[in-house]
Amino acid sequence: MQAIEINDLIFRWKRGEATILSLDSVQIARGEQVFISGPSGSGKSTLLSLLAGVTTPEQGSLQVLGKRLERLGSVERDHFRANHIGYIFQMFNLIPYLSMVDNVTLPCRFSRQRRDKAVRRSGTPEREAIRLLDHLDMAHDDLLGRPVTTLSVGQQQRVAAARALMGSPEIVIADEPTSSLDANRREAFVELLFKECGESGATLVFVSHDESLQPLFDRRIPLQEANRAAHSEMQAG
Amino acid sequence: MPIATLAWHSLINRRFTAALTVISVALSVTLLVGVERLRNETRSSFSNTISGTDLIVGARSGPAQLLLYSVFRIGDATNNMSWKSYLDLLENPKVAWAVPMSLGDSHRGFRVLGTTEGYFEHYRHARQKTLRLAQGRVFDDIYDAVLGSEVAKKLNYDLGDQIILAHGASDVAFARHGDKPFSVVGILEPTGTPVDHTVHVGLEGLEAIHLGWQYGAPLPGTAATAKQAREIDLTPKTITAVLLGLKSKVSTFQVQRFINEYPQEPLSAILPGVALNQLWNLIGIAENALLLVSVFVVIVGMFGMLTALMTGLNERRREMAILRSVGARPIHVFALIMGEAGFLTLLGVLLGFAALHVILLVARPIMESQFGISLVFGTPSITEAGLLASVILAGFLVGVIPSYRAYKMSLVDGLSVRV
Repeated sequence: MQAIEINDLIFRWKRGEATILSLDSVQIARGEQVFISGPSGSGKSTLLSLLAGVTTPEQGSLQVLGKRLERLGSVERDHFRANHIGYIFQMFNLIPYLSMVDNVTLPCRFSRQRRDKAVRRSGTPEREAIRLLDHLDMAHDDLLGRPVTTLSVGQQQRVAAARALMGSPEIVIADEPTSSLDANRREAFVELLFKECGESGATLVFVSHDESLQPLFDRRIPLQEANRAAHSEMQAG
Repeated sequence: MPIATLAWHSLINRRFTAALTVISVALSVTLLVGVERLRNETRSSFSNTISGTDLIVGARSGPAQLLLYSVFRIGDATNNMSWKSYLDLLENPKVAWAVPMSLGDSHRGFRVLGTTEGYFEHYRHARQKTLRLAQGRVFDDIYDAVLGSEVAKKLNYDLGDQIILAHGASDVAFARHGDKPFSVVGILEPTGTPVDHTVHVGLEGLEAIHLGWQYGAPLPGTAATAKQAREIDLTPKTITAVLLGLKSKVSTFQVQRFINEYPQEPLSAILPGVALNQLWNLIGIAENALLLVSVFVVIVGMFGMLTALMTGLNERRREMAILRSVGARPIHVFALIMGEAGFLTLLGVLLGFAALHVILLVARPIMESQFGISLVFGTPSITEAGLLASVILAGFLVGVIPSYRAYKMSLVDGLSVRV
């Protein structure tokens, strides 16, 4: 079964406005590590919003883990995201007033399922958080006690990765997670993500405009070409 | 409740602004409840300025005027009533007791009340409290005086001091009864009523110092010495007012009508409670204004909280997006801000109420001894509970504004943050 299956999808903010995303057919298999590339304006953030169930397509089908997301209500989609998707932002991933461990266990507050998985694996969500942080080389006592705002950008991204992997969600979505990192750190971060996703069997959807990372991935989906809306806009422009 | 702990952590993180908000809410609550409590107590203390007296009788005039000069020592009687009428009232079978009052003289700005020992026995204030002597005794001799607490304090008098009364309200040399000084034999405890500002002497004493006086000045050559005066019959011809106690309250209106229709002399009888309430309605406007001001202070406090929450929102759009990404629904975001507003309000109300009691701890004995106002300590009255509930409700209503804004923002922003 596919992790993500998109067919004839069209998205625009409002009827009458320009189409932002128009995808023929996109399939991502379970456990695959996919690189979605494209310059800004190619519809990357829209695609991620759709995959995360924050927005729904106007037409077409969007199947994630066998669920037709466009048929779910907003509450169900929020639940779906909480249960099945780990999300890494470009930067500022952490809630400043929570400790590192609390930031990592955050998904467990909103998803019973991920909490149960974490408990099954390590006994408590906190211990699972430490385990994940340890894998990402972040579980040092001097780091754990620090306010997360004092961590370096790279450290913050690693904590964000630990959070995305918390409770072993089936899909991890990373939105330009390396763009704020130094060039030599980028690869290391991606390798880390691969390793952790591979271990938990998660499907990784990695979005970036940094083509240099592309060779590391199983597959690349160039959104610029896949998105007919971006294409026509380019031609019109 | 995942949101409650988040709201808590978020507030702890912004503890400085949160504390300021709580303090501003708390102070406004302290003021509001304090004013309400004070208002309540002054009202009841005012309406209990005189209690236990069923009727106040004086020469014919309006109830407010009679009350003002007989109880509050403000203004003067237009007319006196005759001693004979007083005796008549005393003999009325429905009357239990009658205390005559004679006003008109003063001592260094304080009014002098000529009366009988019965005054100390029957005058009641603040729910049936009797007048109590702090020092000394009630007047006995013609030239004895009993001072209200404020008189003794302001003029620094002690037992045994000699005081000279003056004719009329203004204390000028030519109108002093310098030949017949009075000695202080008693000082009353504070009552928070006009009694504190009164010099009490016997009726005979007043009569004695006015021997040979006519039209407000001594007639030369006719004055009797202090010693001679003791030999003369000092029963007054006229008095200013009479306090009446009836054997049964049922007959109050009957006796009132009898006095109002008294054939020998035009008299008025008033029910002190009713007249006091009328008077309070008149001056109570100030008290309402005070409450209104404190209500506005609460509103200002609420605006402070609104400002604090609103200004924080834009900076927190990132936080909202993160919460949404881990599965929080927009309603969770609403609840997060609402929780903070609610928590700030509740804490503010509790702190304010507690602060009031800390203040009361200090102020209560002072209020009691200085103004005779006994402020309630502890459990809020129904009105106060209503006020506190309104503040909490207002806090939640105010909280809806930023909460709804955050809700809308998180709906629109989704996982992306356009700052």
